[in-house]
Amino acid sequence: MEELNTTGSSAKTEHDDPLVKVEDITVHFEGGRTGFWGRKRLLVHAVENVSFHILPGETLGLVGESGSGKSTTGRAILRRVPVAGGRIFYRGRDITRIETANLRPLRRHMQLVFQDPYASLNPRMRIFDIVAEPLIVHGLARNSREATGKVSELLDRVGLPPDAGHRYPHAFSGGQRQRVGIARALALNPEFIVADEPVSALDVSIRAQIINLMQDLQAELGLTYLFIAHDLAVVRHISRRIAIMYAGKIMELAGRDDIYENPLHPYTQALLSAVPVPDPKVQRSRRRIAYKGETPNPLSPPPGCRFQSRCPRRMDLCTRQSPPMTERSPGHSVACWQ
Amino acid sequence: MWRTGWRERLQNLRSLGLELWRDKAGFTGVVMIAALLFMALAAPLLAPHSPADQDLMARLKPPVWSEKGTWNHILGTDHLGRDVLSRVIYGSRVSLLVGAAVVLVAGIFGTMLGLIAGYARGRADNIIMRWIDTQVAFPGLLLALIILAVIGPSLITVIIVLSINGWMVYGRMTRSAVLSVRETAYVEAAEVLGCNSRRVIFRHVLPNLTSPLLTLAILEFARIVLAEAALSFLGLGIQPPATSWGLDVSSGKDYMFRAWWLVTFPGLAISITVLAINLVASWMRLISDPQEREKQFARQMAARGRKHRRKEAAVL
Amino acid sequence: MIKEPFLEIENLEVHFTTRSGIVHGARGVSLHLGYGETLGIVGESGSGKSVTVQAVMGLITTPGEIVAGDIRWKGRSLLGPRGKELLQKIRGKEIAMIFQDPMTSLNPLFTVGAQITEVLRHHMGMNRKQALSRAVELLELVDISAPEKRLGQHPHEFSGGMRQRVMIAIALACEPQLLIADEPTTALDVTIQAQILELMADLQQRLHLSVIMITHDLGVIAQLCHRVAVMYAGEIIEVGDAGDLFDYPIHPYTQGLLRATPRPDEVTERMVAIDGVPPNLISPPAGCSFSPRCRNARDSCCRRPSLVSFGSNRRVSCWCACEAPGVQE
Repeated sequence: MEELNTTGSSAKTEHDDPLVKVEDITVHFEGGRTGFWGRKRLLVHAVENVSFHILPGETLGLVGESGSGKSTTGRAILRRVPVAGGRIFYRGRDITRIETANLRPLRRHMQLVFQDPYASLNPRMRIFDIVAEPLIVHGLARNSREATGKVSELLDRVGLPPDAGHRYPHAFSGGQRQRVGIARALALNPEFIVADEPVSALDVSIRAQIINLMQDLQAELGLTYLFIAHDLAVVRHISRRIAIMYAGKIMELAGRDDIYENPLHPYTQALLSAVPVPDPKVQRSRRRIAYKGETPNPLSPPPGCRFQSRCPRRMDLCTRQSPPMTERSPGHSVACWQ
Repeated sequence: MWRTGWRERLQNLRSLGLELWRDKAGFTGVVMIAALLFMALAAPLLAPHSPADQDLMARLKPPVWSEKGTWNHILGTDHLGRDVLSRVIYGSRVSLLVGAAVVLVAGIFGTMLGLIAGYARGRADNIIMRWIDTQVAFPGLLLALIILAVIGPSLITVIIVLSINGWMVYGRMTRSAVLSVRETAYVEAAEVLGCNSRRVIFRHVLPNLTSPLLTLAILEFARIVLAEAALSFLGLGIQPPATSWGLDVSSGKDYMFRAWWLVTFPGLAISITVLAINLVASWMRLISDPQEREKQFARQMAARGRKHRRKEAAVL
Repeated sequence: MIKEPFLEIENLEVHFTTRSGIVHGARGVSLHLGYGETLGIVGESGSGKSVTVQAVMGLITTPGEIVAGDIRWKGRSLLGPRGKELLQKIRGKEIAMIFQDPMTSLNPLFTVGAQITEVLRHHMGMNRKQALSRAVELLELVDISAPEKRLGQHPHEFSGGMRQRVMIAIALACEPQLLIADEPTTALDVTIQAQILELMADLQQRLHLSVIMITHDLGVIAQLCHRVAVMYAGEIIEVGDAGDLFDYPIHPYTQGLLRATPRPDEVTERMVAIDGVPPNLISPPAGCSFSPRCRNARDSCCRRPSLVSFGSNRRVSCWCACEAPGVQE
């Protein structure tokens, strides 16, 4: 990989320079204390040595089950959680240890769409104020009145009726609230959006609407997405590349079709076989790949591969050393000793 | 363009009023509070005499319905011939004034500190919480005596003493409410947008604390009324010739067996006020919880349905 | 093949009184379930699926009310004062229910063993020793390893999937004949969901359980159910055998739902969505509730269709279906 210059963000990015790059990032959380007098600090190893990059205009799907560290990774990129090791680059600029003063202008470029449409909108604020707030906070409008034009445009763009502005969130359904969340994220014309399970809390027929909306917006505005999900079925349509996470590490990273047609890591294979197919004949004749065992304890993960406790192909090496990501074919990397 | 029509606001108010009307307990409480307020504001117009007017010819007169009672002094007079009714009416001023003042002062101070402790966490949180813990442990009456010794008893002293003793509960409650609110997604959304702490606290956290805070304030109001009465009863609060219900109970206790009305009417006034406040607080707590509000509404509708059916059955 | 109906729901209407008006949670729902059958009820939020089974279990309380219709268990009504008595006896014993969120369904203060044995001692009159050994059997039944040790643990020591297994164990404690599962795997990870569904399929076969499975996920239905009922806006709009329904969905909503469900084994560039949103149940539409979103909407759709038989085992509530050949009224 060629060296990236870390000078100014004013340098024009060529189309194969990644917009976002994370290199070996590790995130630990305080997990409580133990030992006599509580001297020993327990750390939750939420994310461990994760690396990937996202090119401008593309969508990277980040898939994992609960506890995999996918949400934490998204928030680490947005600098919402401190990073214990590794580096994060945005437009070639190292933003890992960025100071608060410089963080604010950066927020205009990266935004977040939340999972829970019911909790992510302030119940005491009108829709108009919710969407106008980013404009006011960043000085693009001095008050609500000035922001009217832009807010109307945003609400229209996400498919909400024009009179939605003066109503409160509780008057809207989950899908509509998620549209408000998207409108809010778009207010500052960001380049990069982290979508943290944006459709998990929605009904199946509404999911399709929201994902189509996000795809349309991506084409229209040239957005780059990190699409976090726990469902391999949902990311297929919107992602160009997909990364699979387990217990804080990336297990496999490949182009979209590769993951589905040729999954190499045992966990990916298990994940794929676990998604129920809405077709009784197919579903009942499938042989599900089931692995016994438990997920590793995030407070004290064992040395070696994180998947060892459940992997049917475990070798001795797997219990001693953690496998690195190795490229098996162009664009398809796996972290497995096999 | 984005403002709600005043028509919509009016409609909301109307449906709120209807709900209140159907909740008899809450309605009674509100009516009683309104009456008290009216009494306090229009005291000079309502009271037949000045509360300090002494009429030594008419000492210890019983209420009008007793043998020796007169219409001149409907609820009787005290040992100095002062009209009990007038004193009760004027006494409401003190209770309501002290209640409002203390709730405002203690409430604002306590809420501010609670906001800081809950949002900032870390050292500020620790310092504030330990301050609260220490003050809570300090006996309130002792503090009252100390301040009294320094400033001397008066209305202002009462307000100061009760405020100093009363802000901690707001601090603790606000802090715990902030701790839960700050974990919500919409607060995180505000931070991700780039809002600074001040904006997050005042625009996002505080508005979502108003219902528990309001309920707390109302209940504290009731407690302050009682506390002021207690202080004045002990001679540490309002001093004669000013009137306060507590003071009247205190001076009346020496004549309790001869002139029961001296203790009873101020005491009743205190009880009714506190009861009214609690009824209103109950209703407000119900209103601020959307689920409970819906259940209450359904119960009221069901009761109306039964009433109508009974009426129809009676007519047929 | 028509089995003797175990559970019959007839024209169920449930209303919820709210400040904004009366919400028609269920509008004339009719269903039947035979012995050993698994019926899946699929629908989005607000479709009335949870309301229907809550009515069966007698869980509808203020502001909700069953205003019309009947629910019969083995021929005897569960509504009305005598029905309520019967319900008290069979609830938990002959009909058991498991819910979506295993974290809040178990009491965090008591051990898992205490919660299982409580049910056994209360409903089956067992003494402590009997109850404990039966509890161990139950945990083994749901594939929990080291059951004796697990009995002494508290819910927070179990993972989400394990907790749901415990819930199933408690539900099965009294050997019910009908298990109602209200979105039991929605809150679980997909690999855990797969385990739980397999467990349920296994239990269903071994214990000859009848199951009503409520979900919004068609994949779950495909795995587990013999028959499927599709609900929309408080009514059943299509019901039939699972394989048949998935192969030949008749109602436009069912078709839309199938198309909108992403499949990992299919490649499409764009997901197919159903435009619009479900109707407001406070003033439900007079005609067909799906017509505002339906591509084939016509004039006749302003009248509300009823369920008509279509072929041997299918019933659909749609005017377009009525006009197709092979329909028996």
